[in-house]
Amino acid sequence: MWIYQKKLQYPVNITCPNPRMAKALMAQYGGPDSELGAAMRYLTQRFSMPDNRVKATCNDIGTEELGHWEMIGAMIYQCLRDAPLKEMEAAGLAGYYTMHGKGVYPADPNGVPFTASYIQCTGDPIADITEDMAAEQKARATYEHLMTLTDDASLLNPLRFLREREIVHFQRFGECLEILQNL
Amino acid sequence: MMTSTELLRKISEYQFVTVELNLYLDTHPGDELARADYYYYSARLKEVMELYEAAYGPLMNFGHSPTDAGSYVDSAWPWE
Ligand SMILES: [Fe+2]
Repeated sequence: MWIYQKKLQYPVNITCPNPRMAKALMAQYGGPDSELGAAMRYLTQRFSMPDNRVKATCNDIGTEELGHWEMIGAMIYQCLRDAPLKEMEAAGLAGYYTMHGKGVYPADPNGVPFTASYIQCTGDPIADITEDMAAEQKARATYEHLMTLTDDASLLNPLRFLREREIVHFQRFGECLEILQNL
Repeated sequence: MMTSTELLRKISEYQFVTVELNLYLDTHPGDELARADYYYYSARLKEVMELYEAAYGPLMNFGHSPTDAGSYVDSAWPWE
């Protein structure tokens, strides 16, 4: 089971409305390589992993990703919270506003809703861990793209933190692959 | 006394160390030095969590904070 802790893993304090970045951040909230996809992917793959170390890694990284999903949701919320409707429209969010208001909905920046087809669980541990390693690299690349889109420190600091976590996760999954290859 | 922001920062620092060590120990459960570090920093984390909760109310739900659930509702949510 999971216990909620009423704090973010890394603080998010965005005071300046930024609908353009809210839209871009949706890549990591509801896109194919999003934190939501990461959490669901690892937490569902863990059941059939044949080694306790790999089960633990999928379980614990999956859990950390839920905390990252919460951080991205907080960032989108704070970017939209005080944004005037005109600015949301100018950022291309008229369609989003129509359907979701200022709520935080798991879709990508182009409005495509999150779907389980973004993740796989083949039940083959080597195939699954290799997917996880690729997922971490894709998330890292997405964070780098997001960081080139803004010079606001209140966005850059959490993005930098999240990017570094992807690198650590990639390292741990790489060790899992080695463990599986030596079973 | 530390402000709630200062204490939350301390909690986040110790959590960062313990998450890092936890993930490392998932793939290296036999590393005795890392296990000792994990043990040390989880005790530090427990201390600052208790300090925070005594002063500013419960951080966790479902009975994991030794305070009343009523004040859990009232404290600020972390995205506000
Ligand atoms: Fe990750």
